[in-house]
Amino acid sequence: MLARISVPEQARRGEVMEIRIAVRHPMETGFRYDNFGRPIAKNVINTLVCRYNGAEVFRAEMGSGIAANPHLQFYLLAEASGEIEFSWVDDSGNRGRQRAAITVTD
Amino acid sequence: METSARRRFISALAGLAAGALLPARAARAQPDPFAPLVRKITDGAPLRAGRVTVDTPLLADNGHSVPLKVSVASPMTEADHVRSLTLLSEKNPRPVMATFHLGPKAGRAEVVTRVRLNGSQRLLAVAQLSDGSFWSGSAEVVVTEAACLDGS
Repeated sequence: MLARISVPEQARRGEVMEIRIAVRHPMETGFRYDNFGRPIAKNVINTLVCRYNGAEVFRAEMGSGIAANPHLQFYLLAEASGEIEFSWVDDSGNRGRQRAAITVTD
Repeated sequence: METSARRRFISALAGLAAGALLPARAARAQPDPFAPLVRKITDGAPLRAGRVTVDTPLLADNGHSVPLKVSVASPMTEADHVRSLTLLSEKNPRPVMATFHLGPKAGRAEVVTRVRLNGSQRLLAVAQLSDGSFWSGSAEVVVTEAACLDGS
């Protein structure tokens, strides 16, 4: 799954960083029908987790109430250099992962 | 959402006043559609109005994608932080839109996303703080074109 993340490359220790992610996904509600009148199965990204140097710092449990191509913006406290990693999974079991390196200075 | 700072401030002020002056009435003021959902989240604990701000456009042309910002007045320290944030919709077929789990490492208790809304309605955000208390904030949105036009 295609995703774009926005994480600052550099930050000062203790700074609050703005983190954004947008994943390309239809977020099918399960309430729609195809051209033949058959229901389209619900398929949404149900869980998205953000880890900072291995520790979970943010988790989103989403339903059909989140718009297609889900976009999330949240904040993280810059603590140490390392990696910010996103992973997510949808109802059909498809997984996605994206990561970014961050340098934290004193 | 630059213009939202004032709205956030005013509703935070209103929330503070409500929380300080009318703690007993806050629980009673919760409207019915949210009551069973809230009970599931809080497990019977009281839900107080205030500290949580929900920011949306007053009028959304299209319910398929409505920008929404939830923020909680919290220092986000190890001792006092927001544990989770749940977004509830009054009219959506699945009223629980999302739950966000935060922690002291977030630095700021704020999440921005885009939601689907099935018509004009009131939204409620419920925050669980690290001390176990529950706070809520709400917003009214007018949706010109609902997200669910077929099948629901």
